Amino acid sequence: MTYIHLAYGDLVLPALLVVMDGALSLVLRLKLEKQLAIATVRMVLQLVLVGYALTFLFAAVSPLWTALAAFIMVLFASREIVARQKRRLPGIWSYGLGAGCTLLAAGTVTMFALLTELRPDPWYHPRYALPLLGMILGNTMTGISLGLDVLTNSIVRERAAIEACLALGGTRYQALLPVVRDAMRSGLMPTINAMAAVGLVSLPGMMTGQILAGVEPIDAVKYQLLIMFLIAGGTGLGTLVAVIGAARLVTDHRHRLRLDRIIAETSP
Amino acid sequence: MLTVRALKRLHIFASFDLHDGECVALQGPSGVGKTLLLRSIADLDPNEGTVELDGTPREAMPAPDWRRRVTYLAAEPGWWSDTVQEHFTGWDDALPLVTRLGLPPNCGSWPIQRLSSGERQRLGLVRALILRSRVLLLDEPTSALDSTSAAAVESLIAEQVLNGTSVVWSTHDNAQARRVGSRVFLMNGDGEIEDNRP
Repeated sequence: MTYIHLAYGDLVLPALLVVMDGALSLVLRLKLEKQLAIATVRMVLQLVLVGYALTFLFAAVSPLWTALAAFIMVLFASREIVARQKRRLPGIWSYGLGAGCTLLAAGTVTMFALLTELRPDPWYHPRYALPLLGMILGNTMTGISLGLDVLTNSIVRERAAIEACLALGGTRYQALLPVVRDAMRSGLMPTINAMAAVGLVSLPGMMTGQILAGVEPIDAVKYQLLIMFLIAGGTGLGTLVAVIGAARLVTDHRHRLRLDRIIAETSP
Repeated sequence: MLTVRALKRLHIFASFDLHDGECVALQGPSGVGKTLLLRSIADLDPNEGTVELDGTPREAMPAPDWRRRVTYLAAEPGWWSDTVQEHFTGWDDALPLVTRLGLPPNCGSWPIQRLSSGERQRLGLVRALILRSRVLLLDEPTSALDSTSAAAVESLIAEQVLNGTSVVWSTHDNAQARRVGSRVFLMNGDGEIEDNRP
């Protein structure tokens, strides 16, 4: 494999493009220059730090450090899930549900790939485990946050319909089934759309990355297919568990709808 | 017999007995808590107190079973599917009641979106009636109806009461309360009910 090596100096010229954006913002008074500056600095810092962290992890190949890195990734994912909700579940549940479901789904699917198909030595080698987990985590997170958002909003909107079903002797599962279906659909939609558009409209980042690194396109395609299948599985599993879990949380053992357990976003 | 003892929900506090084949009118100013009381009896909101049907406490059975026996009907009943008949397990059983309340027999295929509030109210009542519950908790069941339809509803419920169903009927219409209720419960601002026998 051959690839064109980049030095930090090679990035100066492309970075000028961001400066150009800033100049545009100033000239056209878009008032974006501050946001742009912060985002650029964050991007550079985060990526360079991740680069060094991965270098360390790849050298260490320690199950403990790898697990810690995976844990931190899941924490950030669950924070992101909570931040994307218009209405929240109270207290620890909002974080717990998001973290639990991303960990369960992305973790299961990543382990599945590592143990059955890729089989690196050792199986937890961070060079394989962490990039896989990251890609699956990102997509699972999107599915879960969309599913939860649609679920809580539909429950508030469809309250009369849900309570009518409960009042007529329906169980909480019967009463919530229509909104659970909607939520599952929304959670899976981005993955289905991505699978339909991939190759025609978009070339996936990982595949292009491998091609740039000198991998034969058809080999890169096989890797990409593996990732897409894993993402589809992770998203389906994660969204299902999160939506069913949230549906249980907003009802109680007497099959009552507990809207008091959904907190509306207070900030505008 | 439905027995309610020290039922407590927010400011509401109520105790009463409701015999088989008895219809009680529930009255009181808007916002005083009539809906809260009816919902609590059906165990739709968290509440405290003892509610028993023929001596069996509601906690002794799963909540869905309780609500099939003690059924709450909202003033604006909700709908979870697209067409009318999807909301009925046996549409053929419902048809005689549907036509009695002045709706055409072909309304089963009507989309819910197209129904007027009066049509929704009558169909919601039929949907609850075919459960043949022991106790009906009716929350202003004729609030969206003209006098002809309201009279049809009153006679239909009266028949159920004759057959042994117990009813709590919340209404703002004093004349209706005296027509349908053998007793009138008046709920006051403190959330307590006064039992007024005629």
